[in-house]
Order: sequence, then structure tokens, then C-alpha cells
Amino acid sequence: MAIFVNEKTRVITQGITGKSGMFHTQLSHEYAPRFVGGVTPGKGGSTACNLPVFDTVKEAKEKTGCNASMIFVPPPFAADAILEAISAEIELIVCITEGVPVLDMVPVKKALESRKTKSRLIGPNCPGIITPGACKIGIMPGYIHKVGNVAIVSKSGTLTYESVWQTSQAGLGQSTCVGIGGDPIIGSTFIDILEQLEADPQTHSIIMIGEIGGDAEIKAAKFIKENITKPVCAFIAGQTAPEGKRMGHAGAIISGGKGTAAEKVEALRAAGVAVANSPAEIGSTLLQRLQKSR
Amino acid sequence: MNIHEYQAKQLFRHNEIPVPKGQLASSPLEAEFVYRRLKSPVAVVKAQIHAGGRGKAGGVKLVRSPEECFQAAKGMLGTTLVTHQTGPEGKKVHQVYIEAGSEIAKEYYLALLLDRETANIAVMFSTSGGMDIEEVADKTPEKIITVQIDPTLGLKDHLLRSLAFRAQLPEVETQQLMVWVEKLYRMFLKYDFSMLEINPLIVTKKNEMFALDGKMAFDDNALYRHPDIESMRDLKEEDEREIEASKLGLSYIGLDGNIGCMVNGAGLAMATMDIIQYAGGHPANFLDVGGGATEEMVRHAFRIILQDTKVKAIFVNIFGGIMKCDIIANGIVGASKDLKLHVPLVVRLEGTNVNEGKKILRESGLNILTADDMGDGARKVVEAAKK
Repeated sequence: MAIFVNEKTRVITQGITGKSGMFHTQLSHEYAPRFVGGVTPGKGGSTACNLPVFDTVKEAKEKTGCNASMIFVPPPFAADAILEAISAEIELIVCITEGVPVLDMVPVKKALESRKTKSRLIGPNCPGIITPGACKIGIMPGYIHKVGNVAIVSKSGTLTYESVWQTSQAGLGQSTCVGIGGDPIIGSTFIDILEQLEADPQTHSIIMIGEIGGDAEIKAAKFIKENITKPVCAFIAGQTAPEGKRMGHAGAIISGGKGTAAEKVEALRAAGVAVANSPAEIGSTLLQRLQKSR
Repeated sequence: MNIHEYQAKQLFRHNEIPVPKGQLASSPLEAEFVYRRLKSPVAVVKAQIHAGGRGKAGGVKLVRSPEECFQAAKGMLGTTLVTHQTGPEGKKVHQVYIEAGSEIAKEYYLALLLDRETANIAVMFSTSGGMDIEEVADKTPEKIITVQIDPTLGLKDHLLRSLAFRAQLPEVETQQLMVWVEKLYRMFLKYDFSMLEINPLIVTKKNEMFALDGKMAFDDNALYRHPDIESMRDLKEEDEREIEASKLGLSYIGLDGNIGCMVNGAGLAMATMDIIQYAGGHPANFLDVGGGATEEMVRHAFRIILQDTKVKAIFVNIFGGIMKCDIIANGIVGASKDLKLHVPLVVRLEGTNVNEGKKILRESGLNILTADDMGDGARKVVEAAKK
């Protein structure tokens, strides 16, 4: 089962003719052959990675029947690329691009919230999503994954790999791993993903990786307490980071908290989440939690 | 990116937000000259550093004569101010801003910022200005009025009315506040702010509004489309190694410990700092080489880490995604040879092209301690740094 992506997903890459776009389309397609084409405006009619290239997402959808898109478009044009995918009614849009101006993401977020939309966005500034053995859309190294029942949802790219690797080493596999990205405005939040994972029969337990800053983890903790019945294990990066030199306080006030690691760890523990003290103990913390719940 | 108060006030002037008359000075004599030119009996000398809390630290002084202005500037220039926002090392004062004094009748607070949750621009207003707004939010949250503007719809009149009615200001002030919010909202979009804060926004005895202070934070991702803003960057306010690193596309933050770190990804870099402390050591820095690092960048990263003479051992922790392990390995080998590396090096590699990477390290003939996982690496590097 898993969430969002599986053996039936048909993926295109927006920005397929760029260096990173081509490299990661190649690797993702080799991992699981779910890619059916790509889009680069002005290069329609050519091929890349032995896949047909189209000028627009709409055309790519008509010709290939794609229902997912992986975006590698450079930052100044990335938000527009997402909007193009939304208007073509692509169901799952995964934006890998790092450095998208925050205000560019405002209309994107509004378009995603519209009742008429058929699209879900993951990212930007994220490693992507993978359902091991079935479909990989993103930059994560495929070989570290194993088919299984642990779902991973994370703000950080490399820490997602770390969690995957530790669960694989511990003999557990993954149902679906989602990197939601660490930007101020993102398409899918912890809560959006957790909600899906609770309903997914393949997912038996969940690892959540957060970071200092913002209050997404606090909100997620509340959601977990009220809605998640599956065992959850977490790690918050930046527990020993020195407090930054902040300018002004308005950001902290509006989010209703200061975003410290301690505050987040406390909220998660209060919600019954097993929080790993060390990033090397994510896998073992989950194992202990699973044994306890048996 | 942050800018100085005097630069924020320039931007306000350009955008027709009233600010008191004022000018920058970098010597006491110049400060005295500015005082005479302002033709205001009372003036304020303000240290220009990238941090709040200057008043309590002696960085804001009221002066009433050219001599007093000279002395106040002399007392600030060249000294290091320590405020609750600078950290214990403080910030050196290179320039002062001399501003005409204002006859303050009331002090308000006004801020605009992006609300991550709603993707709206939130306008916050309070009649309790001039004080620590966090304290106001804590003790009297009802004194802070918030209005959310959806940028795809724009700033509509009803939002302005709602703000004005709830603020319960006299008519003459209400009219001005509505104009201010409109102008500031346009500025917010025009310059890609992430935060814009005026505290205090004052009303004079003649019922005129002025921005007495201005804090502006810009979205770094959008700086490429604002060369005028980028040119306001004051490199003196930033750590030299951090600037050098950022020019090379690396993200470096110097810390107090003795274990140098090179990691890919901000989350893993923070987690690496965490695990070093967990293993009983202290990180000397945060260094994220990012996803697209080249061999050259890895060499530079090593050079920057080693410029810190406190460094007694280095921990490289890489989980390759976009980043390929063989590129990192070649960079490590090149850097170790170029820089004649004299401290122990612990390397943990995993991810894309990991086997090629490990092979390069093995065949280099260098004395590199390899680690099986990040816990193992942290233990080894903490041990090595003790020797």
C-alpha cells in the first residue's frame, strides 16, 4: 500500500535536461522504472534519459498519462514550475529545488489550499519521497532502503537517510519515506503526512525527524497525541546548537514559541513519542519502542 | 540578511515612511558636525550594530550640545557592545547614527511578517510600544492586534478598517496608521522582507508619526533580485570565516570547541554537533558543505576548519544523496596532502558511490580513521581530540 507513490505511479521530471535533473531522473528510474518523460520549455521533441521531453506539463500529461512530477527547476523559476504542475492537475508534485524565494511560495500555498485542486506538493528544498521497491522520486540513495513497515517523515534530507539506514541495519524496512523540507512555506506538513500514515495499512510505526526553529514539531506532537495510534519515535536536531543572534522577536511571538529543541522534545515526550537522545540511536529507540508496545 | 538602523531608515525615507532627521558618523568630530547640522537642541547618538538591546548596553545616548555629542560618539566608537542579542563576545561599533530628538507623546509597535502557517503576511500592532514586545505578548496578549493579509488577494480596505477599529486610536492617528500599513505592506513585497519591525513607532505632540527604530530582515533566497539591498550587507558585522565560507557556497558557523566538523546537510550537521557533545566532546564549528560540493569546495572547507587553531581533530560525516562519496573522498585526500594535515581525521562515509569513496581513502596511504556509523565516528573523534 504505502502512501502517495507505488508501482502504478507515472512520473515526469520538470527540468529534466539540467545536470541534476538528468542525473537524478536516471538514478530514480534505475531504482524503479516509473519515469515516463520530462519537461523543459523549448526542448520539446527531444529525449533525455531515453525519455521523451515536452515543452509543457499539460502536454506531457496528455501524451504520457503521468500523475506525478519531480521538479529540478532553478530557484527563480521553481514556484512557477509548481504552479504549472498544479494547473495541469498533477496529483503529486515533488519539488527538490533549494533556495526558492519565500514570497514566491505564497501563491503556490494558496493554490494548493483551493478546494478545486487535485494536487499535493512535497517540498521545496527536500530530498523527495520513496516507497522502497516501488517508486523513488528524489535524490535519496536508493540502496539504503528496504521494503518494510516503518514510515519516516523528516524536515532534513541527510538525517532522513540516516534514519533509513539505521532502520535497515536494525532489520526493519520502510513503507514510505517523505522529506517534507525545511523552508518556511512547504507544501505538506508533518501533520499532513502523519494523517496519511495513520491510515496506511503497510505502515506499522513512524519515525519523525525535526529540527530547531518554528513550531511544526509542537503542532505535530499535539496531533500525534490526539490522532495517531501507531508507535512514533522522533529525533530533534540542534539540541546543542547555541542560540542564534536574533533580530527582533515578532517571529517567535506569532508562532507562539521559541522553537528550541528542548521545548520540542518535551512536547513530543508528553504526546507519548519515544525521542532519541542521540542521532545514532534513532533505530534502536524505535526498536525499544516497538518491543514495549508488543 | 540584516541591515543597520541607518540603512533601514534610508529605505523608509525612499518609501515615504517618516523618520526623524539623522546622519551617519564614523568619528567623534564627524558626529559633532552632524549635531550642528541637525539644528535640534536634543539629539540621540546610536551605535550601529546588528543587534537589539543597545539602549541597556550604553549604545544609545541623549545629547544636548556639540561637546556632549562628540563625547558620546567617542565613548561608543571602537568599543564592543554586549547586548542580550549579540552573544557574550559582543559587537564592535564602527559607526554611530546621530538623530534629531523627537517630542514623544505616545509609543506604538508595528510589525509585518510572513506567517508560515497561513502563508499570509501578518500585521501586528500594539499601543504598548517602546518595550520588549515579547513581554507584552506574555503578560498582556490582548494588547497585540493582528491582521492577516492574503497576498494573492492584496491588502483590502476592510482589513485596514478592522485593524483601525480594534486599535481604538484617535481619528487623526487612525488615518496615518492606515496609510503606514499600506506603504509598509508594499515595501514588504517589493524587497522580499521576512520581517519588518518598527519599535517604537512614535506619535509626537503635534500628532505626527515617525519610525524611531526599524528592524528589517530579508529573505536570503530572494537577494539575487535585490542587488541594491545586497549592497547594504556589512561584512564587518559578520565572522570572517563565515563570509569566506559563504562566498565558496559553504555554510560555516564558528563555535568554541576543538573538534572540527565537515558534514553535508544542515540537519545532519546539527545532529553531528549533538552527537559529539553526547560523546563528551565539543564541536569547533558547524559546517554544511551542501549537496553540490566539488573537490575544490571540500579542500576549502578543510582550510577554513584548520584556520581555527583550537581544532585538535576533524570529523567528516557524509551521507551522500546528491553529494557523491567519491567526490568527498578525493577532496579529503587532496586537502590532507595540500594542507599537510597534522590533526587526526575521522571519516564516516555512507550513501551514493560509497564504495568508490572508501576505496579512494584506503588507497591514499593517509592515516585516516574510518567509522562504521556516526556514533562510532563521534566516539573515535572525541578520543582522538583528547590525545
